[in-house]
Amino acid sequence: MRFGVVRFPGSNCEQDVVHAVRYLGMEAGYIWHGDTDLVGYDAIVLPGGFSYGDYIRCGAVARFSPVMAEVVRFAERGGPVIGICNGFQILTEAHLLPGALLRNTGLKFVCKPASLRVEESVCQWLDLPAGTVVSVPVNHNEGNYICDEDTLERLRGNGQVVLRYCEPDGTTAEGGSAPNGAFDDIAGICNERGNVFGLMPHPERVVDPLSGGTDGQAFFTAIAQRIASVG
Amino acid sequence: MPIPDLSAELAPQLAVELGLKPDEYEKVVDILGRTPTITELYMYSLMWSEHCSYKHSKKTLGLFPTTGAHVLQGPGENAGVIGVGDGWAVAFKMESHNHPSAIEPYQGAATGVGGIIRDIFTMGARPIASLNSLRFGTLDNPRQRYLFEGAVAGIGGYGNCLGVPTVGGEVYFEEAYEGNCLINAMAVGLMREEKLTRAVAAGPGNLVVLIGSTTGRDGIGGASTLASQEFDERAEDKRPSVQVGDPFEEKLLIEACLELLDKSLLVGLGDLGAAGLTSSASEMASRGGVGLDIDVTMIPAREEAMKPFEYMVSESQERMLAVVTPENLEAVHEVCGRWGLRSTVIGEVTDTGRFVVREGENVVADMPAATLAHDAPVYNPAKERPAYLDEVQAFDPGTLEHPATQEQLGDTLLRVLASPNVCSRHWIWEQYDHQVMLNTVVVPGSDAAVLRIGDTGRGEVTGRGIAVSTDCNGRYCYLDPYTGAQIAFAEAARNVACSGGRAAAITDCLNFGNPEKPEVFWTFYESVRGLSDACTAFGVPVISGNVSFYNESFGQPIYPTPTVGLVGILEDVSRHCTMDFKHEGDAVVLLGRTTHELGGSEYLKVEHDLVAGRPPKVELVSERLLCELLVTAIGTGIVRSAHDCSEGGLGVALAECCIAGGVGAAVDLGDTLPGVAALFSESQGRAVITVAADHFEALKMLAATHATPCTKIGTVGGDRLRVEGMLDIPLAELREAYLPTLERLVHGER
Repeated sequence: MRFGVVRFPGSNCEQDVVHAVRYLGMEAGYIWHGDTDLVGYDAIVLPGGFSYGDYIRCGAVARFSPVMAEVVRFAERGGPVIGICNGFQILTEAHLLPGALLRNTGLKFVCKPASLRVEESVCQWLDLPAGTVVSVPVNHNEGNYICDEDTLERLRGNGQVVLRYCEPDGTTAEGGSAPNGAFDDIAGICNERGNVFGLMPHPERVVDPLSGGTDGQAFFTAIAQRIASVG
Repeated sequence: MPIPDLSAELAPQLAVELGLKPDEYEKVVDILGRTPTITELYMYSLMWSEHCSYKHSKKTLGLFPTTGAHVLQGPGENAGVIGVGDGWAVAFKMESHNHPSAIEPYQGAATGVGGIIRDIFTMGARPIASLNSLRFGTLDNPRQRYLFEGAVAGIGGYGNCLGVPTVGGEVYFEEAYEGNCLINAMAVGLMREEKLTRAVAAGPGNLVVLIGSTTGRDGIGGASTLASQEFDERAEDKRPSVQVGDPFEEKLLIEACLELLDKSLLVGLGDLGAAGLTSSASEMASRGGVGLDIDVTMIPAREEAMKPFEYMVSESQERMLAVVTPENLEAVHEVCGRWGLRSTVIGEVTDTGRFVVREGENVVADMPAATLAHDAPVYNPAKERPAYLDEVQAFDPGTLEHPATQEQLGDTLLRVLASPNVCSRHWIWEQYDHQVMLNTVVVPGSDAAVLRIGDTGRGEVTGRGIAVSTDCNGRYCYLDPYTGAQIAFAEAARNVACSGGRAAAITDCLNFGNPEKPEVFWTFYESVRGLSDACTAFGVPVISGNVSFYNESFGQPIYPTPTVGLVGILEDVSRHCTMDFKHEGDAVVLLGRTTHELGGSEYLKVEHDLVAGRPPKVELVSERLLCELLVTAIGTGIVRSAHDCSEGGLGVALAECCIAGGVGAAVDLGDTLPGVAALFSESQGRAVITVAADHFEALKMLAATHATPCTKIGTVGGDRLRVEGMLDIPLAELREAYLPTLERLVHGER
């Protein structure tokens, strides 16, 4: 199993994803944003950071990087793609996922652990029972997910809502549990096919127990098992 | 010879306007043997400013011990470097950005972070952590809230984008900083020992290459007009002297420069900080004993019709200066181009020892390079013990009426916990990415940050770690600068020891008022002497640092604030410790001894609105033994939590351990001291730790070998903090006093 981690100018979590994947005994390599060759990679990761300095809008410039045309083709062929934080923002800008990420309602950058409830979804990247609560840190200024009502209905109906912010006991607080004001407490969504997954929290930060915890391990192991079983 | 552009009458007038003193101007004329040009005057005035030349502090700084077993690079370079074992080295330095931040807090703080980060990767080290030390006036003043909120946002905005975790810091709010806030930024970098790089120009015929941003008029004269003068009502007019940062450009610079160094494509590398090109070029030239010949028309400009002196002193951010052999030039362009960065040849190294600046054909400055960097006058300022000291030190807290009943003491603890100088800082550090790079083992909120030594991106992780803390209680330094500076060191060492680290070296940022005032200079001298004696007692050297003078507004100096940034080493990073109480039934142990010392305490300030008395005594020998004991005990694995006693005393320390652990404790402090002293005395040399009940005897034996008092004072458990006969408070009330306070104050609530 080999993950390809894309490096845009301004990415800063790419080395963290590589460390997490290697910690779990799998392989990972960097893909330069100017490259267009994804051969040899089983899954693609768009990591967190500030690609192109977040100029214009988060992810708005990165989607035009040469590598993104290949990532879109890879996704259309059913290849697994995950976008974490800035990667999620890039996936929405590239229209691989619906909706957009606005500035946090508190108007402040927020870095802290967030409780997430796993929802019943078609996502190929997670294999945890619905209702499971995991603690994964968020780290963003623009994580306030928004989409129109029709899209939200579609996301719900198709099982595309993968993760919701919640309280540590799995419930939703009155007025919502999102640290950023996200619509319907949405923390992560996938496409209809379930192979493209975008989320604001950083699972790679909770893989190595010395530096955070282990709740993020499942975000990388499930896809590997699925690929291994498909052969 | 440059073309003359100033008459012998006008030149001295311009010199004074630029901040040169008349005899300094005469020295410039002597060196040149003629009337200086405009460009030369600008260059000398900046390089000989206090900020760049340390002309008032240099002699005193000679007191610091700067050598030791770990030291690979001491003071004098962009940052100091120590070896941390297995061939890994850590570079670190702290620096002030006070005056820019007092005018424009977001950009001032952001570019403060940017500047110190550049100092780190200039040494060949990858920046792995950022810390800070902040001082503001009290938050009931809207201007102070604006400065505080802006500075925090600026530090986060810049560091978060770089992907360098902001792992620790400290902040105090005192009237003394009302007109002159302090923004001290510290950065830490990691490298293999053999990658240590120095900012030296060498090899006549080699090319001088400017990498990174374009050059504009921003920040012109920052070091002289901002950093080396006091503030008055014209401060707002100085806004154009504040630089504007672009962290995205800096992120690219980090990656490109580290790649250039990794591929050995550079002869030398320096960053453009205060005094811009003038400073980095002249320092690199004088270190290498060579000359430089630079043509300003080659410099990519972001504004039109810039004058040669503007190019030479601009403080436009995110620029680096490299010396490159002609053979490597193409490879350097290739690396920079791939990272989307400009790289431009702007001159060459010569064997003349002269710094020549041209505008095309015309020479506009020509001087011995070393005279800029090294021939600034060195002063020996007069010092005089300030008159206020006798008055404040004579104060006896025993003359006050103190809380005595259980209810009064409980209410007092809640008010001290809710003091802006004590309450939780989570509102601040939740705005900082403190985890990126995946080496943060202990996140902000405990005594010190703990980082694993490793380059996760390359798969090179080790079992080693470092612990880092920044500390200084300005109130103690105001009441007794010598003792206060020693406490700054002792507290940093204790914080690091409580986390499991053995102190290895420090950096410092010495913030003071106008050194030309004898009473201010005395406080500076005493602080340096105190800090130096503390370092010597611990065998810990000073490897880098920064002096910031002229921190005054309307004639009033700030509290003397010699901030210490201390780095300690953990042989086994898995054996670290945090402050939270963890298991019901664990024994709560006090290491060290409480005496009746309320002078300069947070209690006095909160309950009596007084900053008076003598600060607590500090015994360096017992401090060192306590730190050794903590590191040894934590290393054995028996210590479950450790937290040092500082502002607010034992009462606050116990409450913080309970709040962090989400569990209560029942404690008995005996009856030798009245409740107010037992709870709020700020006696030094103490820590609260917990061990499993059956490990207490082993701990006691270990403590005896370190001549450190070790007393079991209670047991972890329940949902209240109960101190026998003194107070009994539900955990929920402690949390309510401690956790939401800072955010409320920022929003202007009481």
